[in-house]
This record gives sequence, structure tokens and C-alpha cells, in this order.
Amino acid sequence: MADTTITPPSRAGLTAPPAARRFRHLTDGRLAGLFIAPALALLLFLSIFPLLWALYLSFTDYSATRDVPSNWIWFQNYTDLLSSAEVHQRAITTLIFVVSAIALQTLLGFTIAYLISRRTRGRGALTTLFLIPMMLSPVVVGLFWKFMLDAQFGVVNSFLTTLGLGEAEWLTDKRLALLSVIVVDTWQWTPFIMLIALAGLTAVPKYLYEASEIDRASEWLRFRHITLPLVWPLLLIAVLFRAIEAFRLFDLVYILTGGGPGVSTETLSFHVYKTAFLGFDTGRASAYGILMVIVVIVLAQFYLRYLNRLQER
Amino acid sequence: MSVHVQPPEVASQGIVGETAQPPALMHRRRPRPRQWLEIALLAVLAIVMLFPVLWMLETSLKDQRDIYAVPAKLVGWTLTLDHFKAVFESDSPVVQGFKNSVLVAGTSTIIATLLGVPAAWAYSRFKIPAKKDQLFFILSTRFMPPVVVVIPIFLMYRDLDLIDTTLGLILIYAAFNLPFTIWMMKGFVDEVSAEYEEAAMLDGYSRLEAFWRVTLPLLVPGIAATAVFALIFSWNEFVFAVFLASSESARTAPPAIAGLIGGTTIDWGLVAASAMTFALPVLVFAFIVRKHLVAGVTLGAVRR
Repeated sequence: MADTTITPPSRAGLTAPPAARRFRHLTDGRLAGLFIAPALALLLFLSIFPLLWALYLSFTDYSATRDVPSNWIWFQNYTDLLSSAEVHQRAITTLIFVVSAIALQTLLGFTIAYLISRRTRGRGALTTLFLIPMMLSPVVVGLFWKFMLDAQFGVVNSFLTTLGLGEAEWLTDKRLALLSVIVVDTWQWTPFIMLIALAGLTAVPKYLYEASEIDRASEWLRFRHITLPLVWPLLLIAVLFRAIEAFRLFDLVYILTGGGPGVSTETLSFHVYKTAFLGFDTGRASAYGILMVIVVIVLAQFYLRYLNRLQER
Repeated sequence: MSVHVQPPEVASQGIVGETAQPPALMHRRRPRPRQWLEIALLAVLAIVMLFPVLWMLETSLKDQRDIYAVPAKLVGWTLTLDHFKAVFESDSPVVQGFKNSVLVAGTSTIIATLLGVPAAWAYSRFKIPAKKDQLFFILSTRFMPPVVVVIPIFLMYRDLDLIDTTLGLILIYAAFNLPFTIWMMKGFVDEVSAEYEEAAMLDGYSRLEAFWRVTLPLLVPGIAATAVFALIFSWNEFVFAVFLASSESARTAPPAIAGLIGGTTIDWGLVAASAMTFALPVLVFAFIVRKHLVAGVTLGAVRR
């Protein structure tokens, strides 16, 4: 603790500049409010208010088509839904879909990313090509595949016949329909995982590999102890993001199978749609929706927490 | 792995790194067959991933008879542009869909950008109470299942006479792109040093003028990239479109194209041509913003 003789430069010479002549009334606080308020207002009007309305409706037996006044029935809708065998079945279908689709996408996406990251030339072009499916509209993807999986004219069956494997009714067989939806979703979203995994892989500093080569670490050890730990946090973000999206899947099912055959591909989202727009049981559908929102909020919490951790590093 | 032991065979060859061949080099030369295997695997995966797109392109250019050929014709089909002509015929429902899509996607993107960019700047520059919570809250509105949100929105729009109007779709798309715009733009604003603004303020500009004259011009590339993504998202959106605007006059291209498979017979050539026409602008736009894809597809949350 030496005695410091340096004094801070005198502040007397630095008078306040003649700033903000015209907009003096706009203090920083007001400006921030003015800039943020319109955005928040739109979100409140079209995201939060509708959700609150759905919450209100979920406690009533309101129907959008009947003109009779609705009754307040407390938690009737919720208890009905949570004890309904139909809902349980949709939940299981959704769970099977989410878990298998995400597992496949992660495996494939990471593999492709790893293979691309090991190439030195043509990396950019390869990445761009692989990303095409992800940028397409679910409508386009659904229609592409509906045609390809068509039992009569579909190219998939045509290939299988040529190979002597026999045909299959991809979208109308109860055992295969869900698998088809999983395959199509995997086709579309594998590039997403690949893209993010690739971002992680290319960010691994080279000197770590060089160091490990000097140490003569085996390929597997290198992968296990250098690549994976560094890519994992980013990959987890991608997986959680996909999980949320897969959980709310609707459009692919709507176009590919319409929930059928029977109810074999009905996800929770699709069941909500049927309850609301085909059964006109608006109150019940709202309760159903609120339950889904709760699941999404829990998943989103995980996502945001990891994201926060990643950003703070 | 931190322990560094010199292998005996290297030690016997002299001082490591001077006389002996570095092990790394020998290591790299060897796995030639493995490299070929990797390239082959990558090629197979690329073909599998791209085949559906190529197949749809082929279908859109094939003669009607070749489309329904069994077994499917990979090569040797007759080329025709009839399906694309049919897409652009004046009485085709898809044409109106494209017009509406351009209007809806364009306007909603402009609204989202006008509201989102200033908000992102404010979130980046100012001390705002519970800033992080607010930002996370904004992002989480984007995660709501569309089918759930559409129920109350439908009732609300019915009371406001916004059902089957392009205005209704524009509003909901603006709201749906706003969280993305704010998050994505906040990243771009963070990259522009606040010192430029402070310097401008020392020169006599107010904070607002400093934003307008100094920061905003620097943000233009970022704004362009963000707007392109918002455009792609609105262009591709299906759930809100199909429930809130189903009449032919207001509906956008995705429900219009999906409507082509409603009947008893499906004209796959027309479907393929419409889908290709619809997808082409997206692919072009995505190619333009390929540098920002990671941030774009994670709603601005992950930046590299």
C-alpha cells in the first residue's frame, strides 16, 4: 500500500457538453420506455391477453358455436382431461414421437456435423446443401413426403419393390404411420441439430487437439474428453429447443395423416385442435391448451436456464 | 492427460522434435481408407437428405403420365412446363395465395422490425429493471403452441371482425416475429460499441439523435438479416393461416397449396410445381443470410 501521489485529473475543465438541446425532455428512462412499450403492448395484446382469456375459458363449459351462456364449472375440465384415457393415449403418442424424433435427429445431426467438421474443403457448400430441408415450410415438407410415401405411386414403395422388399402402406397402416411422421420430422430437423453442433465443433480450439496428439491420446479419448465436453452445452440447447417444437407439433400431422389411421398419429396439439374446432368444446379445449402451455413453460425454463448459463460463460 | 511422459521409442531416437519424426505427422498420414469411408458416408447422407427435394423438382417438370408411372421413373421422362403454367393461371387458387402471402409476410415483417429494433436498442443500452426476466419472458411467448393460442385469438378476431382478413394475419405474424426480432437485434446492437453514441453525445447530439445518426446506420446489415428471417418465418407459417384466414380471398399460399390435396383426385404435378414455386424464394433468402443462420434459427438466442 504505497502512498499514491497521483491525483485524478481535475474535473473542473470538463463541463457538461451542450447535449440534448432539442430532446431534453427525453431522458434515458423515458426514451427506454417509449422504445419498449409499443413492442410489449403488441405482445400483451396478441400473446398474453389471449392466454389469459383461454385460462378464463378453461374454467367454463363455453362453446364457440352454441348461443347459450356458459357456466363456471371450476376444475371440471381439468379433472376430466387428466383422468381421460383418450388424453393419456395422446400423451403417450406425443412422448413416443418427441423422444424418438429427437434421438434420431441428434444422432444423425451430430454425425453429419462431425463428418463435415473433419473435411477441410467444401465445408460451406456442404453445409448449405444439408440445410435446405430446414428452411422449407412444413406444408411443403408434408406434401413432398405425402407424395413420396403414397402407397400406389410413391417413390419409396417403388424403390422397395425394386429391391425386392415388398411395399408398405406408410401413412395408412396403424403401425407405420407414426414412424412415418417421425421420419419426416427427422428429415426436416436433422439439419437444425447439425447446424448448431457444427457451430460448436468448429469453435473447439485447434491447440487442444494438437496437445492431445502430442500426448498420443486415442481418437476415441480425444472425442470423449475434448470434443464432446465442449460441444455438449450447445448441443443441449439445440435438443431442448427441438423438444419444445416437437412437443407442439401440429402441421406435419395435419398434412401427412390427419391424425389417422384411427388415432394412431394424433399428437396432443392435434387433439386440442379436434376438441376446439371439430367438437366445438371450447372450454375443454382451452383447459387442454393450458395444460400444454404448462408443459411448454417447464421445458422453456430448462431451455432458458441453460441458455443463461451458456451466455454467462 | 496432463502428465507428459516421453515414449521410450521416441526417447531413443534423440531429442524430441529435433531429430525424430513427430508422431502427429505419422498419425495423420495413415488413415486414408478411413477418410474415404467418411466421404462416402457423407455422400450417402447428402443424397438421402436431398433426394426428396430433387424428386419434387422432377415431379414438377414431368409429364402427367410419367408422374404416375409404376415403378417410378428416375430418368428418361418427358420434360414439360405445364404444371408451372397451371400454377400461374389467373383462376388458380394458388396465385391469390401468393399475392396474399407477399402482402402479409412483407407488412408483418415491417411492423415487427419497426417495433423490435428500437426495443432491442433500448434493452441493450439502458439499465432496465428486471431486464433479463423481461427478455426471457419475451422469448417464451414465442414457445406457446400455436394451436393453443389460436383458440382465444379466433374468438377475439371473431368479435373484432378480423377473421378472414389479411390484417388479422398481419397482426398475429407481427406479434409472433417480435420476440425473434428483439432477441436477434439485441445481439447486433450489443456488437456496436456504446462509445460511438457517447462520443456523439459529447458533440452535442441528444441520445435519440445519437441512436438515429450513429448507431442505426451501423445496424443496417443486422436489420436486413433479421428482417429476412422474419420474412421467411411469416412466409412459411401454416397454423395461424389455416385457422384464421381460410376463405380464398384472404388465405396465404401455405393453406392454398395444402388445399390442393383436399379433393378425391390429387394433381401431384400441380402440387409439386406450387410447392417448388413457394419454396424457391425461401431458399434464395436463406442463402443470402447463411452467415447468420445459427442465430436466426435459434430465435437469436445462440450467437457464434
